[in-house]
Amino acid sequence: MENLKEKLIVTESPHIRDGNTTGGIMLDVIIALMPALIAGVFVFGYRAAALAVVCVGACVFFEWAWCKIVKKQVSIGDFSAAVTGLLLAMNLPVTMPFWMAIVGSLFAIVIVKQFFGGIGHNFMNPALAARAFLLTSWAQAMTTWVQPFTKVAFFSNADAVSHATPLAQLAQNVDTVSQATSASDAAVAELPSYLDLFLGTTGGCIGEVSALAILIGAVYLICKRVISIKIPAAYILTVAALTFVFGGNDGLFSGDALYHVLSGGLMLGAFFMATDYVTTPYTPNGQIVFGIGCGILTAVIRLWGGYPEGVSYSILLMNVATPLIDKYTAPKRFGVVKEKKGDKKNA
Amino acid sequence: MSKINANFNLNKRRKIFGKTEVFTFKGGIHPDDMKGSTETKAIVDIEAPAELVFPLQQHIGAPAVPCVEVGQRVLMGQKIAEAGGFVSANIHSSVSGTVKAIEQRLHPSGTKVQSIVIENDGLNEVSDELIPLDEETVSPQEIIERVKAAGIVGMGGATFPTHVKLSPPADKKIDYVIINGAECEPYLTSDHRAMLETTDEVVRGLRLILKALAIKDGYIAVETNKQDAIAKLKSCVQSDADYNIKIVAVKTKYPQGSEKHLIKAVTGRSVPPGKLPMDVGVVVNNIDTCAAVARAVIQGKPLIRRIVTVSGDCIAEPLNFRVPIGTPFSHLVEKCGGFSKTAAKLIMGGPMMGVALSSVDVPVIKGSSGLLAFSEEMAKTQQTASCLRCGKCVSGCPMNLLPNVIKEAVCADDLEKLTKLNLGDCIQCGSCSYVCPAEQNPLQYVRTGKAKLARQEVKA
Repeated sequence: MENLKEKLIVTESPHIRDGNTTGGIMLDVIIALMPALIAGVFVFGYRAAALAVVCVGACVFFEWAWCKIVKKQVSIGDFSAAVTGLLLAMNLPVTMPFWMAIVGSLFAIVIVKQFFGGIGHNFMNPALAARAFLLTSWAQAMTTWVQPFTKVAFFSNADAVSHATPLAQLAQNVDTVSQATSASDAAVAELPSYLDLFLGTTGGCIGEVSALAILIGAVYLICKRVISIKIPAAYILTVAALTFVFGGNDGLFSGDALYHVLSGGLMLGAFFMATDYVTTPYTPNGQIVFGIGCGILTAVIRLWGGYPEGVSYSILLMNVATPLIDKYTAPKRFGVVKEKKGDKKNA
Repeated sequence: MSKINANFNLNKRRKIFGKTEVFTFKGGIHPDDMKGSTETKAIVDIEAPAELVFPLQQHIGAPAVPCVEVGQRVLMGQKIAEAGGFVSANIHSSVSGTVKAIEQRLHPSGTKVQSIVIENDGLNEVSDELIPLDEETVSPQEIIERVKAAGIVGMGGATFPTHVKLSPPADKKIDYVIINGAECEPYLTSDHRAMLETTDEVVRGLRLILKALAIKDGYIAVETNKQDAIAKLKSCVQSDADYNIKIVAVKTKYPQGSEKHLIKAVTGRSVPPGKLPMDVGVVVNNIDTCAAVARAVIQGKPLIRRIVTVSGDCIAEPLNFRVPIGTPFSHLVEKCGGFSKTAAKLIMGGPMMGVALSSVDVPVIKGSSGLLAFSEEMAKTQQTASCLRCGKCVSGCPMNLLPNVIKEAVCADDLEKLTKLNLGDCIQCGSCSYVCPAEQNPLQYVRTGKAKLARQEVKA
């Protein structure tokens, strides 16, 4: 017959695919992070963009170099290293020295990701693990926050004006209030408004300041079905509920849940890091458990822990619990009907 | 049965955002339905070619046994092979002519199967083996006998002999018959056209099936992407004192047409693992099967033709045909104007569960719902990447299995773990492989796993 290949392709079904690829998904994540990056550059200046370029470049380079050294197929084409780099940059203060960012990238790609077998095999989110590593290594550099819209020098941060993050301020205020005899005596620092938090004109890491920008990216990812709403919704609602109940100065149910939800790394973490495929549960119910677990840990760290912020540690801890969650949340077998008590008697 | 169906009432559908809720199941996928190129095209009757091939194995069960000899003249509709057991089916000649050979011929499955080859004399002389019966006075037993005599099997692709479904054991009480018009496979429109063009036969076939089972309630389930079929069926159906027939819109989703998932969507009943639809009081039949029952009883016509959709990116003019069974697929391709570009893969059935053909010269059999021709570009397999643990296969699996874990267990040869993963539940719908962003093929590992477990059982 004309126009028929002599040797037909014979494979088992299915014969079509939906066309989604790892690279396509990672590219979507990069696109979705752009609003947050732009907001970061807008608030903190061009050094934020430079830091992102350095982190992405370093991560891609280390991925390439590692694959070359151990002679395996170079996997930078799936853009996962670029995503790790971008997420790492989002989690750094704008004043972070470039060389420290490069060391963080090395840690993320080589130690957290490649040592365990590369994409799909790491058990912790590489960007978050690198952030935790940098925080313990260079605590000073990692917690130097600048006032929004101050000029930051490219290579020296000597003139950076230190500025507390909204959560640090809140923690400080709660402490001051609880120690003072009456609230009016205490020197309560003025907290940023909800609008500041929503738009991002506050201190913090490059990518976490603007809730609005993060939400734009999140809506994109949800619409493209890259992430499901389960983990972020469970996470954010849990934090809101717990901070409302336990986070106030006037006893139970007086906490400022909205302030907690909008500030710190919660939005960025919930939508971009707690939804990382590799390190979170694959079962639909497990994803909800994971989100709630992250929420509880974040609230506990924020309200009673030593750190003002707990998003990265909560996600990392839940990453480690993921295999266990998957094991106990496997979907129920199709067709199995629960036997009612009455039926057993009849049988 | 009431325990399974306690809180379910088909007539009480909730309204969500002003739209009536459409029932479905959890999981599944949403492939592009690709039906546009053939869904509006009327069925074209095709003349039989000079030579037809009738494999003795066109159904699930024992192969049929030839009852004609080489050189013998046969008439159109004459029985040429007799059912080889209870679960088996008669085969009839779709033309008049001479038996040329009874020999091994290539079967769509890719193996050689004993087949009856008939040379068409072009006279179309019809055999009067089966006489038309009066649908009003025919008895249930007569209907079942006729369905058996006419060689009717499930024409959705599974090809389970229909008379077996219509003869449930005495202890199984059947409550409902569902006619499966979901046609959830992309590209295929043969059932859609059958619903539109042979509506009367579909409805009368359902009434006969209900009569054979001595029950009242029948449903015709159609996916919402076939609104014209839903409207046409609704206009042709009237419930009366004898039968209560309803047209049910089910969600357009793959694999909505899977027997167990259709039952879940329409009746709310769950078919437990390892059980059959009749265990929950339901019998499911395909649209064209239903029409074939009507033709067999009312017109005395055995199953010798079926509707085949010919589509795919390499077909010059995609069409729906009514084809004499035994016609080679190459004949259909010619009638479509040939291949418009080089075809690299031919598929019998739909793209999700169909069988890839190794040659275009294999015959249309009772279960051939379509022929798809894909170009190299459409057919080539992508390089696989590492599993991302994204869970798309888990949430897409309509049987709630863990395709990613199954894959790992098969790779690790961990048979103990495999036995706990309910491999036997897999309906091989391919949703897991379809959605995988790493281009892996978990379904292939399920097949391997099943084979490994079977081998272990043989050893033990």
